[in-house]
Amino acid sequence: MDQLPVSLLLVTMLPFLGSILAALLPTNARNAESLVSALVALAVFVSFALLYPQVSTGEVIVERHTWIPQLGVDLLLRIDGFAWMFAMLVSGVGLLVILYARYYLSPEDPAARFYSLLLGFMGAMLGIVVSGNLVQLILFWELTSVFSFLLIGYWYHRQDARRGARMALLLTGGGGLALFAAVLLIGHAAGSYELDAVFAAADQVRDHNLYPLMLTLLLVGAFTKSAQFPFHFWLPQAMAAPTPVSAYLHSATMVKAGVFLLARLWPVLAGTDEWFWVVGGTGLVTLLLGAYAAMFQNDLKGLLAYSTISHLGLITLLLGLNSPLAAVAAVFHMMNHATFKASLFMSVGIIDHETGTRDMRRLRGLYRSMPITGTLAIVASAAMAGVPLLNGFLSKEMFFAETVFVSAQPWIKIALPLAATLAGVFAVLYSLRLAHGAFFGPPPEDLPRAPHEPVRWMRVPIELLVLACLVVGIIPALSIGPALATAARPVVGGTLPAYSLAAWHGFNLPLVMSLVALAGGVLIYARYGEHLRARTSNRVPLLPLNGRQLFESLLARLIALAGKIQQLTGTRRLQPQLLWMLVIAGAAGLSSALIVPLEWGHRERIPMTPEFVLLWLLGGSCAIGAAWQAKFHRLAALTLLSLVGLAVCITFAWFSAPDLALTQLAVEVVTLVLYLLGLRWLPRRIELDGDLRRADIAWWRRRRDFVIALLIGSALAVLSYALLTRDAPLSIAPFFIERALPDGGGTNVVNVMLVDFRAFDTLGEITVLGIVGLTVYALLRRFRPPRESIARPAQQRTALRQFGTDISQRHDPAELPPDYLAVPAVLVRLLLPLALAFALYLLLRGHNKPGGGFIAGLVVSITLVSQSMASGTRWVEARLNLGPQRWIGAGLMLALLTGLAALPFGYPFLTTHTLHLDLPLLGALHLPSAALFDLGVFCVVVGATLLLLTALAHQTLRAQRQAAVDVEEAG
Amino acid sequence: MEIVVSMAIGVMGGAGVWLVLRPRTFQVLIGLSLLSYAVNLFIFSVGSLSTGKEPIVKPGLPADLTNYTDPLPQSLVLTAIVIGFATTALFLVVLLALRGLSGGDHVDGREEQP
Repeated sequence: MDQLPVSLLLVTMLPFLGSILAALLPTNARNAESLVSALVALAVFVSFALLYPQVSTGEVIVERHTWIPQLGVDLLLRIDGFAWMFAMLVSGVGLLVILYARYYLSPEDPAARFYSLLLGFMGAMLGIVVSGNLVQLILFWELTSVFSFLLIGYWYHRQDARRGARMALLLTGGGGLALFAAVLLIGHAAGSYELDAVFAAADQVRDHNLYPLMLTLLLVGAFTKSAQFPFHFWLPQAMAAPTPVSAYLHSATMVKAGVFLLARLWPVLAGTDEWFWVVGGTGLVTLLLGAYAAMFQNDLKGLLAYSTISHLGLITLLLGLNSPLAAVAAVFHMMNHATFKASLFMSVGIIDHETGTRDMRRLRGLYRSMPITGTLAIVASAAMAGVPLLNGFLSKEMFFAETVFVSAQPWIKIALPLAATLAGVFAVLYSLRLAHGAFFGPPPEDLPRAPHEPVRWMRVPIELLVLACLVVGIIPALSIGPALATAARPVVGGTLPAYSLAAWHGFNLPLVMSLVALAGGVLIYARYGEHLRARTSNRVPLLPLNGRQLFESLLARLIALAGKIQQLTGTRRLQPQLLWMLVIAGAAGLSSALIVPLEWGHRERIPMTPEFVLLWLLGGSCAIGAAWQAKFHRLAALTLLSLVGLAVCITFAWFSAPDLALTQLAVEVVTLVLYLLGLRWLPRRIELDGDLRRADIAWWRRRRDFVIALLIGSALAVLSYALLTRDAPLSIAPFFIERALPDGGGTNVVNVMLVDFRAFDTLGEITVLGIVGLTVYALLRRFRPPRESIARPAQQRTALRQFGTDISQRHDPAELPPDYLAVPAVLVRLLLPLALAFALYLLLRGHNKPGGGFIAGLVVSITLVSQSMASGTRWVEARLNLGPQRWIGAGLMLALLTGLAALPFGYPFLTTHTLHLDLPLLGALHLPSAALFDLGVFCVVVGATLLLLTALAHQTLRAQRQAAVDVEEAG
Repeated sequence: MEIVVSMAIGVMGGAGVWLVLRPRTFQVLIGLSLLSYAVNLFIFSVGSLSTGKEPIVKPGLPADLTNYTDPLPQSLVLTAIVIGFATTALFLVVLLALRGLSGGDHVDGREEQP
């Protein structure tokens, strides 16, 4: 069978597709969710099972898809015996967990999220297992970290769940980054990231002088994932996850990813002294530490978590022994551990579910009320302890045998078997705490719920797993033998060492070790079991360091450090930010003098005229006066600023820029009105009294800022003088001047540039204008004027008191008195048609003579605003329905449509078309489509300006209404 | 004339910088306006100053910079003037909102603690 029945890619992606589907189902549809998930898992399981005939012969199935051809990276799916075994494990245990979780989750738990994440995790784990490319493996590796994070934090309302999830993500995700670096190094040494190529280049990799580095990085990745010392502490914290998640991720699959990777790369990296000492050493420490800590746990899941750490240490130790037989034992123990640990987690989940607690100090005598679950849990615990005729015994025997036959230094020959036996004693002890402590003894008291057997189907997954433990334990060669051979062969590099799978090997040293461990464990439990149960503290004796606390304090310190650095280098205050920006920008601007020396050129000067000098004598003093007066005399500063603006305007007109002069003039007027409307809401200035220190700081700051302002001002002057006197470089301007009439259909080059050559820029600009108008409108809708500024201005109050003018006669403060400002109002009203006609004129001639949409729009706005000023906003609004928002919308639409109209004719966006007409009376007429665009600009300018000004003007009305309400309330 | 224009740019820029560094919102607002005058004039003057050479095409005149002034900086500055108006308006309104929220007119929303 050369061709697969289905694409491997599809099988691997199936869980992800299922994940999306599960996410789309109703949140609490537990049945539908579990059915979909189970079908997906089953489909994956069956697809892989069908591959067995192929992989059992040692064939490697490879499927290649192009992924990033530019980098030569392909999506490579590669299944050998080992990957096959793991895929079976992932999908098989996954199926059972899905079934179990259906009954575990309560109706309130969002089942959609759970199953979606679980399936996503399954896909990621399958991805790791079948990756034929190391980079691809990393991708899925990190995905498992992410899904694990989300699953641990499933009950995110619980703080321990959030913390546990964060810790797991930081450690495993961070380890993944180290692993990535290791993979890059390995790929560099082997010349390829593809597994087969790496296997072929094994010697090359081991002899590479970066081997120690790549080994270290790889081990950081693998050890964090597999919770090896010193990174083991995240696993007990991850027990905050729902129990099905713990059963799946933190016993059978994800934590196995680390040892999977070690086994996967065993043919490449193992065999060196470094490997032996680091991997073997870490494994041994973890084995002992995990088993030791497990004995002192009070939480059932905590016990299982530490036991898992210990068993993973055992597997790591086996892989570190550099012996093929030990590697086979490691693979065997991976399978066995998955079966008995998953079943134990599920049993504990049932206990938790049916009694309401996992505290071993409160649980006892449960066998009476739940005999079937009890039996299953006891058998699984026995497998964990390594009792004969169960699968755990077999792999533990192989482990003991390996420790006896390891041939290193003499002291290891003695120490290793002793340590192994000691770990065995611990394992028996904690297994007894679980099996005996929870199920035997007097009946339990004051449990949150009365214990009883769970529903039938919740037990089925455990029954199947325990059955597997028994069958494998009793007839190993018949049941698991061929599969183990298939799985282990690729790990040891193709040729299996001689081993025999049997429950009975005769009376030998490993059996003695097993018996010693069993006897020792039982004896210690009999003597100290009740003592352990009576312990109140959760602390593990003799272990002063707590990895979790260390990690959390380290994290807290890191965050505090980051905060401190931010405090030192950053600020939320505006002044320092502006100061630094100006200083740096100024320095950058001046440093150009280092490249091009700052000297005057010899361009022909324009002869000086006294009028212009006078203009700027006035303008300059106004600028300085504005700077001087802005603090206490706002109105004066405003007036001076307007005079500066006028000087700029005249300068534009002077130096051949009529369009600029017109625009500046109009903008000047609108800005002034805007400022005047806003001035009223600013607080009264108060001289700060007496604080000498504050005054001192302010004095120094003023001196400093004065120097900076002086420096930047003179630098600007010098730079621009140098610029003005040097010869102008070649400009692109002649192109625009040349093409304006033939391409743009207009003679006013500036306007043609705005509406044609750079029309896209203008489109963006009017969009900004529209957005600003709407933003201001939105901001002011929520604006509440400060109390003290609601009252009538001082001038009006004085007038009231002294003269009793018409202002005092009004009752509604928002309504102006009759004939208020009557003469100006009439004049302004007469101005309206004239101004509108002038604006139309400006708009129409804009393309050929100074003018255009911007200026025309501003003129219209000014006229309309002056109506409001003379007659009041209400008066105008009662007579003119302006709807500025509609102007903005219509203008933008018009400009956009004009631009788009070029597309159907095959021209780029915003291309201008000019219609040349020869009319009888008017003569030759050019009608460029850009005129329509200019009309759009006009509309947006009118709309935005009016919206800005009326929104501000309305505040006064609102404030007065507020004042009226207040007066009524007071009266 | 060049020296007058450059001095004008320098004076407006310096006054603007001084005001922008002040702690009161109104001062900063006026400062930004002055700075934008300076910058607009600066950009405009990059296109070389000349009198009586408006960039309006006259038939028969060769299209080069001896007959016309440079239209490119002019169109850039025209855009800048209008955008400057819009941002000034926005800043003014934010300033008013700040005044409503904090009760004061310090740029940081509260008086400095020495």
